Order: sequence, then C-alpha cells, then structure tokens
Amino acid sequence: MEALVAIVIGVLTTCGVYLLLRERTYPVVLGLTLLSYAVNLFLFVTGRLVSGAPPVIAAGVRGHADPLPQALVLTAIVIGFAMTAFVVILALRARADLGSDHVDGGPQAAEERR
Amino acid sequence: MSHLAIGPVLLPFLAGLVLLLGERWPLAWQRALGLAATAGLWPLALSLLAAVADRGYQVYALGDWPPPFGIVLVADRLSALMVTLTAILALFALLYASRGTDAAGRHFHSLFQLQLFGLNGAFLTGDLFNLFVFFEVLLIASYALLLYGGGAARTRAGLHYVVLNLVGSSLFLIAAGLLYGVTGTLNLADLAVRVAALAPEDTALVRAGGLLLLVVFALKGALLPLHFWLPAAYCSASAPVAALFAVMTKVGVYAIIRVYTLVFGAGAGTLAGLAEAWLWPLALGTLMMGAVGVLGSRNLRRVAAYLVVISVGTLLAGVGLGTAPGLAASLYYLLHTTLLTGGLFLLADVIGRQRGEAGDALDPGVPFPHPLPPGLLFFGAAVAAAGMPPLSGYLGKLLLLQAALAAGQARWLWPVVLGGGLLTLMALGRAGSTLFWRRAPGPVADAAPPDAVALAAAGALILTSPLLAVLAGPVIALAQATAAQLADPASYVAAVLGSRVRP
Amino acid sequence: MRLLLIVLLPLLGALLPALTFRWGRSASAWTAAAVAGATLGLTFGLLPAVFAGQVVTAAWPWVPALGLELALRMDGLGLLFALLITGIGLLVILYARYYLSERDPMGRLYAQLLLFMGAMLGIVLADNLLLLLVFWELTSLSSFLLIGFWQHRADARQGARMALALTGGGGLALLAGFLLLGQIAGSFSLTQVLASGDVIRADPRYPVALVLMLLGVFTKSAQFPFHFWLPAAMAAPTPVSAYLHSATMVKAGVFLLARLFPALSGTDLWLYLVSGTGLATLLFGAYTALFQHDIKGLLAYSTISHLGLITLLFGLGTPLGAVAAVFHIINHATFKASLFMAAGIIDHETGTRDMRRINGLWKFMPYTATLAMVAAAAMAGAPLLNGFLSKEMFFTEVLDLHVHAELDWLLPAAAMLAGLFSVAYSARFVHDVFFNGEPIDLPRTPHEPPRYLKVPVEVLVAICLLVGVAPAYTVAPLLAVAAASTVGGPLPEYSVAIWHGFTLPLAMSLVALSGGVLVYVGRHALFRLHDRLLPRVDAGAWLQRGVRAAVLRAWRLTGALENGSLQRYLALLVATAVVGGGTALLAGASPLTGPLGAGPVDPVTLLGAFVLLAAAVATALRHRDRLVALVHLSVVGLLTALGFARFSAPDLALTQISVEMVTLVLLLLALYLLPQSTPPERSAPRLARDLALAGLAGIGVGLLAWGMLTRPYQPLSGYFLEQSVPGGGGTNVVNVILVDFRGFDTLGEITVLAIAALGIHALLDRLRLTLPTADAAGRPWDPDPHPLILSVLSRLLLPMALLVSVFLLLRGHNLPGGGFIAGLITTVALILQYLASGVAWTEPRLRLSYTAVLACGVLVAGLTGLASGAFGRPFLTSAHGHPFLPIVGEVPLASAMGFDLGVYLTVVGASLLILASLGAVTVRERDRPEDR
Repeated sequence: MEALVAIVIGVLTTCGVYLLLRERTYPVVLGLTLLSYAVNLFLFVTGRLVSGAPPVIAAGVRGHADPLPQALVLTAIVIGFAMTAFVVILALRARADLGSDHVDGGPQAAEERR
Repeated sequence: MSHLAIGPVLLPFLAGLVLLLGERWPLAWQRALGLAATAGLWPLALSLLAAVADRGYQVYALGDWPPPFGIVLVADRLSALMVTLTAILALFALLYASRGTDAAGRHFHSLFQLQLFGLNGAFLTGDLFNLFVFFEVLLIASYALLLYGGGAARTRAGLHYVVLNLVGSSLFLIAAGLLYGVTGTLNLADLAVRVAALAPEDTALVRAGGLLLLVVFALKGALLPLHFWLPAAYCSASAPVAALFAVMTKVGVYAIIRVYTLVFGAGAGTLAGLAEAWLWPLALGTLMMGAVGVLGSRNLRRVAAYLVVISVGTLLAGVGLGTAPGLAASLYYLLHTTLLTGGLFLLADVIGRQRGEAGDALDPGVPFPHPLPPGLLFFGAAVAAAGMPPLSGYLGKLLLLQAALAAGQARWLWPVVLGGGLLTLMALGRAGSTLFWRRAPGPVADAAPPDAVALAAAGALILTSPLLAVLAGPVIALAQATAAQLADPASYVAAVLGSRVRP
Repeated sequence: MRLLLIVLLPLLGALLPALTFRWGRSASAWTAAAVAGATLGLTFGLLPAVFAGQVVTAAWPWVPALGLELALRMDGLGLLFALLITGIGLLVILYARYYLSERDPMGRLYAQLLLFMGAMLGIVLADNLLLLLVFWELTSLSSFLLIGFWQHRADARQGARMALALTGGGGLALLAGFLLLGQIAGSFSLTQVLASGDVIRADPRYPVALVLMLLGVFTKSAQFPFHFWLPAAMAAPTPVSAYLHSATMVKAGVFLLARLFPALSGTDLWLYLVSGTGLATLLFGAYTALFQHDIKGLLAYSTISHLGLITLLFGLGTPLGAVAAVFHIINHATFKASLFMAAGIIDHETGTRDMRRINGLWKFMPYTATLAMVAAAAMAGAPLLNGFLSKEMFFTEVLDLHVHAELDWLLPAAAMLAGLFSVAYSARFVHDVFFNGEPIDLPRTPHEPPRYLKVPVEVLVAICLLVGVAPAYTVAPLLAVAAASTVGGPLPEYSVAIWHGFTLPLAMSLVALSGGVLVYVGRHALFRLHDRLLPRVDAGAWLQRGVRAAVLRAWRLTGALENGSLQRYLALLVATAVVGGGTALLAGASPLTGPLGAGPVDPVTLLGAFVLLAAAVATALRHRDRLVALVHLSVVGLLTALGFARFSAPDLALTQISVEMVTLVLLLLALYLLPQSTPPERSAPRLARDLALAGLAGIGVGLLAWGMLTRPYQPLSGYFLEQSVPGGGGTNVVNVILVDFRGFDTLGEITVLAIAALGIHALLDRLRLTLPTADAAGRPWDPDPHPLILSVLSRLLLPMALLVSVFLLLRGHNLPGGGFIAGLITTVALILQYLASGVAWTEPRLRLSYTAVLACGVLVAGLTGLASGAFGRPFLTSAHGHPFLPIVGEVPLASAMGFDLGVYLTVVGASLLILASLGAVTVRERDRPEDR
C-alpha cells in the first residue's frame, strides 16, 4: 500500500511538473493544480496510512489517525485554492494585457523587457 | 503574560481589515489611518527590541497551548531587529505611496497593511508550518501589490513571480511535511531538539527536507541561480512597492539564518552546518552576477534591482562563513542595504518623473530643472551603495572582510567583494555623470519641482546610511549581540520548551 | 581638539561658500578663503609644539569592533603637508576667484575645494589606517566632482570617471593591504604600526600586503603604468589642476610612502618595486612631457615625472633618500603650483593652450612671463632655485648608493637623462610660449591679467627663490622635523647649502642643463623621430574603450542569462530542488527504506489508484486539448478526495470535494476566456529536458514519500486527542486543531483567502475581456445564457443549501464539517445563482458589499481571538461551555465557534467578491456590441 501511495504521489508530481514547464498559461495552471494534489497527498500521508479510524472522539474509541496532518492539509487546500483562483485570473489579465496566453507574453517579450 | 510579541502582528492585521471596511472613506482618511498604523509599529518594534535586550526571548504561546503543541511566537534579537527594520522601511514607503501611488487602483492601503502582517508574522513565528502560512500571506499580498496599478510589464513580471513562488510554496510544504513525517513536530525549538537526537538511519530524509527548505528560501532571497525573477519584478512594481520589496528578499535571508542556525546549527550532529557548504559558493556567485548586472543596467531602477541582488550575495556570504563575526557583519549590512536600496527605488522614481520622457533611463536626457536635491541624494546613495567611505556601506564591507580574514576565507571573499565594489563604483559613476551631468541639446524640461514629501521619504531612507555610520559603534554591538544569541541555539530551545523537554 | 578642528573646519565649512554664493562671487570666495585661512592659522598654532619635537595626538572612539578609531596625530611630516595643503589651498582659492568666468557656479567649486582640502588634511593627520582610508577615498570622490566641474564637457566627465575608477580602485587595493597590515601589526593604530616595522617585514604576508598597498599608492600618485588618469584630469579648471597636481591628490600617494617608510622600507621587494616604478615613471614622464603641445599637458607629464623622482628616492630605502624625497615634495609643490597658475593665466588671456600657436607672449605680458620663467627654471633645476637643491641631493644620493654593480652606473645615468629632459621641456615651455616669433591667430589678443590673478603666483615664485637662495634660513628647520618624523630615527648627515664645491653632482647638473638646452635646440629632428618611431599610445583611450566594451558585454551577458523566459526560470528551480533533494538521498549513508513493512493493498484502492494515475497521465499528455485535460484533471481531484476518505479523513474529503467544485468553475471560466487549445511546441530537446526534469522530480518525491511511510515517528497527536474535549471543547479533533490548537494558522489562511479575493478584485479593475462567440470547433455558444429550468431549480436549491451549510457550520466542532466547508457550500449555491440567472439578475437581489463581508469575516475570527486578551489570556485562547437554550436544549458552545463563523463569512465573502467582479467584467463586455 505504501509503495502504491508513493507511486501515485510521484506520478502526480511528474505530470504536474511537466505541465508546469509548458509555454502557455493554461497548462501551467493545470500543472500547478496537479502539483498541489501531489503535495496535499504527501502532506496528508505524513500521518501515515490509517484505515477505518474513528472520525471523532467518543468514549472508549481508540486508534485515531494523526489529526495534525489533516488539519495542515486543510489549511494547505484553502491556501492552494486561493492561489489557484488568483493565478487563473492573472492568466486572464495577462492574455488581455499581453495579447497572448504565452507565459512570457508572446515572442516580442524579450525586446520589450528593457 | 506580556502581549508584546504579538503586537507587531496584530496591529497591521486589524488596521488592514478596518481599512478594508472603510474603503469607501475619503482617501485622505485611509492615508492617515494607514500611516498612523505603520507609525504605530515603531514604538511596538522598539519596545520589543528593548524587551528582548533586557529580558531575553519573548515567548508567546497562542491559544495558551504549551509548546510544542500550540503555535508559539518567539521574539529573539534577530526577530525584533527584522520587525524594526520593516517598520522603518514601511513608514517611508507608505509616505511616498500616499503622494499619489495609492490612488491608482483598489485596496492599496489594506493590502499594504496585510503585507506588513505577513512580514511581521514570518519574522516572529516559532513554528515551521506557521512560517509557511505567513510566507503565503506575505506572498499573496506581494502579488497583489506588485500588480497594483496594472500595465503589461507588471502583468508579465507578476505572472513569472507568482508562478515561481507557487512552485516554491509546494516545495515548502513537501519539506515541512518531510520534517514532520520524520521528527513528528513542527515547533522549531522542538525540531532542533529532535534533529539533534536523530537516529542515524533517519538523517537522509531530514537532510533532504533541510535542503529543499534551503531551495525555497533561496528562491525568496533571490540567490543564484534562482534570482532571475527579481530584476523584472522590482523594476515593474510601483516605486513604493519596490521600496517595500527591498525587505522581501531579506525574508528569505532571515529564514535561512533562523532555520540553519537553530535547527541545523552547531548541535545538529551530522546535519550541523547543512546550508553553509551550499551558501558560500552560491553567495559569491550571486555577488558577481549582481555586480555584472549593475554594470550592464540601462536604467536606474535596474541598477537598484541588481544592487538588491548584490546585497543578497553579500549577506549570505557572511552567513556562509558560518562564524559569529560573519553573521554580525551580515546583520549590520542587512540594515544598511535594505534601507538604502529602498530609498534608491524611491529616488529613481523621483528622478524619472523629473526627466520627463527620458525617465530613469541612463542616457542623456534634456537638462532637468531641479537637479540639486535629487543629485545630492543620488551622490550619497551611490557612495553608500558602492561601499565607499565614510558611509555605512564602507563599514559593512570592512566588517565582512575582517570576518572573512579571521575565518581564513579571505582569498575567496576579498577579490569578489572588492572587485564587485569596483564594478559598482564605476557603474554608479557612469550612471550619475550621465543622469546629472550629460545633457542632450534641448530646452530645460518643464517639470514641476519634485514633490517635497516624496523627496523627503526617499531622502530619509538614504540618510539612514550616514546615521548608521555615525552610530556604527552601538549598532554593530547590537549586531554582535544578535549573532552571539544565534550562535547559542540551546538558549532558544530552553526559552521555548522550558525545562520540560530537553535533548 | 584643535587637531580635529583642523580636519573638520574645511569639511563643515564646505557648506558656507555654497550658501554665501547668493551674495555674489566675492562673498563666496571670501568665506572660502576665511575657512582655509582659519585652518592655516590653526596649523600654525601647532607649529611650536611640533618643532619642539613632540607629536600632537588626539583620539575619539568610533567603531571599536573594527579597530576604526577617530585618532589624529601631527608630527613633522603631518605638519609639513598640512601647511602645503592649507597654504596652497588658500592661494588657489584666491586665484580661482579671478580665474572663473561669470557663468561658472563658483559656490560649488569652493564647496568641493574645501571638501577636498578637508579630506587631504584627514589623510595626512590620521593616526589610524582605516581612518586614513576613509579620507583617502574621500579625496577620490571629491576629486571626481572637481575634475568633472565643467559637466557639459565630455572630456571632463571622462576624466572624472577615469580618475575615480583608478584612484578609487587603488583605494580598494589599499584597503585590502591595510587590513593585512593591521592584522600583522596587531593594530590599526599608525603609531603602533610604525613601531613594529621589523615584525611586519619578517611576516610571510608582508609581500602581499606591500603589493596591495603599493597599488593604492601608485594609482594615486599617477605612477607608470597607472599615470594616464592625470593628463585626462587636465580637463578640470586650472585652479583645480594647480591644487590637485601640485600639493595634494597626487601627493597623497607619496605621502603614504613617507608615512609608512619606517614600517615597510628596507627590503629588496620594496627597493625593486618602488624605485623601479619610480625610475620608469621619472624617465617616461620627462620624455613624454617634451612632446606635449598643450601647456597643461606638458605640466601634467612633468608632474608625473617629478612624482616618479620622489617615488624613486623613497624606493632607495636610505634615510638620505627619504630626506631628499621630502625636500623635493616641498619644492615641487611650490614651483608646480605656480606654473599651473601661470598656464592658467596664459590660457585665460590667449584663449588657447596650444604651444604651436602661442608664441612671443613676452611682448604682451612681460611680468607674468618673468614669474613663469623663474618657476620653469626651478622645475628645470637651475641653480639659485629650490629645484636645484633637491636635484643636487637626488644626484648625490644615487651616486653613493651601492646595492648592485649594475645599478651603480645605471641609476646616475638615468637620473641625469631625466634631468636633461626636464631641462629640455622647461626650455620648451619658456621659449615656445614667450619667444619664438609671433603668436599665430590667437582667439584674443593677450595682455597682463588682473592684479589679483598674479598675486598667488608671485607668492609661490618668491618662495622658490627664497628657498633656492637661502635654504638654511627658510626651509631647513621644517625639512628637519619633517624628515625626522619620516625616517623615524636619527637623521643622517645632509646639507641643503647651495654650494658644495665642484662635486660630481654639480657636474651632472651642468651636463643635464647644457644637454637639455641642446636637446631643445635639436627638438624638430627629435619630434620627427618621435612621430616616426614611437606609435601614439593613449592608455586613457584604451581604458575608455575597455570600460565601454565591458559595459556592453555585461549588458549582453545579463540579457542572455536573465532572458525573461519563465520556462527557463522554472526549469532552474525544479533542477535546483532535484539536485538539493538528490544529493541528500545519495550522500546520506542511511538507508532510504525504513523498518516498517508495507501494508497490504486492497483491490478497490488499487483500482482507484489506477484510475487516478490514468487520469493524471492523460491530463499531461492531452493537455493541448484543454477541455479534455480539464475533465481528466477533475477526475484526479475527485479521486484524491476519495483517497482522503479512504484513509479516514472525512473532513479532508468534504473540503476537497467542495473546493474542487469552485476550482472547476474557475477553470471552466478560464477555458471559456482563453484559447480553447494549445499550439504544439516544436523544440524536441526542450520536451526531452522537461520530461527528464519532471521524471526526476517525481521519482524524488516518490522516494521521499516511500522513505517516510516506512518509518515510525512520535507525533504530537496524542496531546491533541487527549486535550480536544477537555481543553478544546470539541470531539472533532481536526476541527479543534483548526480553530483552536492551531487557530493562528487558520487566521493566516483566511487572510490569504481574503487578500487573494482583494487582489483579484483589483486585478479585474478596468479589465476588458473579449468574449469568444464560438468554441474552438466553431460551434456558436448558446445565445440564451440562462436556461429556464436551471434558474428555477437553482432558486429552489438556494435555501436548502444555506440550511445545510448552517448545519455543517454548527456541528463542525464536533463532527466532520466546519466553517470552511459550510462557506464553500453556500458559495456554490450562490455561484449557481450567478450561472443560472446571470449577474444582472443576482446582483440587485444580493445587496451586500462583499469586501465588507470579507472584512467582517476575518475580523470576527480575529476579535474572538482578541477577546481572550480581555481576560489576560494569550491571543486566541478559547473558552467553552454547554449553555441550556429553550426548546433546543443543551448545546455545546465554544468561543472557537465564533472563530469558525469568521471562517465561514470570509469564505463566502471572498468567493462572492471574486465571482461578482468576474461577472461584472463579462457583463460590461456583453453590453458592448462592438466587442462581439
């Protein structure tokens, strides 16, 4: 099971990074999203893999999963959501301002830069 | 139970929200409130500095949960110093911004305050994941501020900056998760204890975590080869934002100092000195890149941006020495360079406005009408930035050179620092003589005299350099005390965890 | 105190002339003169003490950590230089008043002159090496300003920059040398350094330190091959040249040789480096001077040559040599200053400095001519003038120096040759300018200059004469004290009398004189020879070109590296991370796999995993068809959520699902507003590189996960599980952690959300989006944006959704749920309204300032935390109880729930703000038909 999870995380990362390195904003956004899935999973499994643990505290129930990573992942998810939203809108703005959805704003970028 | 440590975090937080609620208020009120809140940081920061000096670490357990379980704020000399530095820089940047920049878009003042919230939180927190959260706060605020005012160049630079930092954040999470997954804690002090007591078979993972964190911080701090985003971002941001950003790279530097002196410090066994081996060559490389960049710049803001790169290289070279004197040198230099480059960004804007369409480009413009005040300020700033006497840059450079000599690293550091200094001197000499002396034929530009307040804001930041030189004695003593405290992580651990958890 | 005043007076007084300038040129001049005069007076005040043989010192601490102390000392050498600097400075100020034209900003000149004077005084009076360096670089800076005084002239700007680059750069070398010297001597105090000469010379670091320091000295004193900044500096106004190149700037270098003479001299390295450089400079300067057509150019090279002479004398390392050097410093300062001033007068009167045009001025200005000729004679070393005396000493010294058989004849020969050339160029100056036929079309017809322009020259020439005629009664005592403190020991036997009988030195002088005249007579042949044989070497131009090339190269390099390509920067970032993590995994001797064995895999999970992987890979591979990619992406998100549920994290699953929905809406919107498909990327190596990086990154992260999962660890969670109910008042530990144990994280988190919303709001400000009317396949979008059924359904759905979210919010503390999920559900319901009925319908029915909601949300969270402060508890301390409410009964209530409410409000406010601003943009566009 551990190996499976590790592989899933690894593959998600690979796909994410690959998309991240594309030259158009949309795939980059997709890549970031994939990457955030991978990262959230990684963070989640820092609490190790626990199956069928009770969700809440009740009298006489034992064997809870480590709740801390879950809380961390929740925070990470929210922040990730905020960031995704921002970068999506930024991509729209970039296309409007730069007239292209190339991450560098099209070929003329280099000349304008200085 | 003193609430001193959380003051610098809460004040901008509340101010930002109130400004958000009152965003329909007349701009004058918002300015007043924003300036008041920022000015209010001064007494808070200074009293914190004093308290840390007198009574040692100020540990603040949020939610009254005992560390390492709850989140703690820990104010030590370094944190207090950074908070103070930020407060000083921020006030003048905001003063400059309130001369019109803040009218160019929405939410400037609340964003500015929330930016300060993020910065101070990052400087004060004693918890790794909380550090991540505050990094995100200050980053998202910086995204918004960088893009503030719009424009193609800003959007492009912003897109690059945002995407790079999002990847950086993912790295941060992986690293933090890794450290938690092995050590089972997030509290920095507790982390230090557990890393010191680490079983040898677990070192590889922790080492990986530590190095990934270093990559994240290096990206924030703009260390070679991760510094390429900086010039474009700082050149395209509006002047006061660029000025405030002068402290942004220093957040990365701060985080490096904090984590690698505390968690991977002397007591960390096989993992001790994890970062220094990497920092040393990279920092020197960054310094060279920066010097070349300054020489090759074709407008003043670019010069300032590459001066920031140089400063990062110099700072981390001092850290990379791995000795207390090196650290002390870096800390003094940190104060000098942050305030100075901040002022330089503001000054570049003033000059650009004066020279009409020539802007701050380094080619002959029409003679500009009121050259004297900006000219004098530029001369002072250039002298300080090039590390020429008698200003703070010279003293900082001396400290660093002596520290390197004492550490037996002079043969590497001296040529780079001195050579870089010469290049900077020549570049600034060219810049100055071109901007203020060389005249394209044509009538005097009919620009209004530079706005007094804006000029004063820029001037105040630049004039901190002579001040730091005159007060060099006490300030360097402060830096040395800070370095000494950082060299003794055990005291930090003891202050946070008390006697309950000991290695 | 008086010492400090001597340095501070000019530095601070520099402001005065700039201020008094508004009352006219004279006012400014007189204030400047007053400052200089006062300084001179103060210096004279110390004269008796120093002549009595004592060393006046004063010290204040500055930066103890650096060993940088505000320490000053005045001994004979310091006194001599202080007198030269202030005395000649005073004369230059007087001269400049009548030299500068109406248009020149005189206030600025005087301010810079005084600044420079103060810096020079600092150099000669400093008793601390690092302090000396401060003033040293200050002279570099102020000379930059002075040389560039006529800013509009390109040659002035270039000359200024060249001087700054060379002397400033030399200063950096000097800095390094001083740091080493200080470390060797164990102190930066000059007194201590001078005391420990033997230790220094014996130290292995001595050679390095010496070379570094000499670099500083030679650049400052314009020694070959660093001489060329000096001729270039002739672009400065003549008063500036007269000051910088006679008594100050260039003398700073030789002063340092004198100052450190006891500590550094006496080794072979010193002998060869210093005297060698001096000799080369002496000959080169003397020879080149002869071929200058510009008067100031001639004087410039003669200055270089005389500095070479002084350097050579110090280089010999003998006490007598040092005495001669000090003596020549005095003499050169006087006659060279007067010559520059004379040249200035000629320039001023004729409007040119070209000796091929200026001829026969004797007829026009006999008086000035006389003065100039006397000074020139002194420069040539003619008897009865001060130049003669020091040259005699020079000859004597080189004659009785016996270090090497070769040097025994070489040095005297060279000395005589140099003397010969100096006679020749002096003769040329005199004859060409004042005789030699008629002037050739001068811009103005010359006549005697205004009275006061001549006074300074008269004074200086008088000194030349007096010293030359009656040295014993004029210069001898001063020379004695100065030389004594230079040598730092007992003075050798020497005499400054004008007549020593028929000695070999006298013969040499006579040969030099007659030979010089002969050379001058035969100059035309020599000029032709010179032009034919020797190519014009202009090191200055080389430097200029070099710098320009360097700047261009730097610009290209940065442009090539920092090429504005995000893909490159990202690749670098990923690569760095891979290297960092990789080295850790490879370097560490510790095993990657931990002791824990792997658990069994159940088929359902396996299937899920495979679907997830397939979807992820598909997203990557089919990314160019954006809609397809998005669908696959959402599958990945969904399965991730299921994965959370599978491993007992219901809260995460819920959150992930709800976030998924909102994200999906956003991405769909992006899909709608961005191009529908991605053009192919051609570069195959690029793709290969990216695949490699991605693969490595994936493998790395996977390995880290594997290593971690197979290891045991001792988490903090036990404490949370115990404390959740008693301490946090909730049974849903995750939620309690979020709102209580680590509430501060959550506060930051919702702030991030809020800022993101604000940022987006600002980002969409004044944005004009062009809405596509058809998708990639050309199918037109549905003209009716709001299908009826959807809108009706959504309106039915809204209240239910709100109810659900309130329910989730309340139970969140004890059961899966909580503010964030509740908030998102509300949001989704409201989004539905927007999608179904459009902004135009929803906006007016939802009368809220979203930013206000947002702010309130974060504030509520913050204030619940702040409340605890009222009870003297730390920020975010929670309280909880089980109050009994009518009907409902006992409800568990924790202050943390107020915090959760804040989270809820923030989420709703943020999401709505984003959507509303987006909606606003699109609506505005819809109303613009021309954008269709």
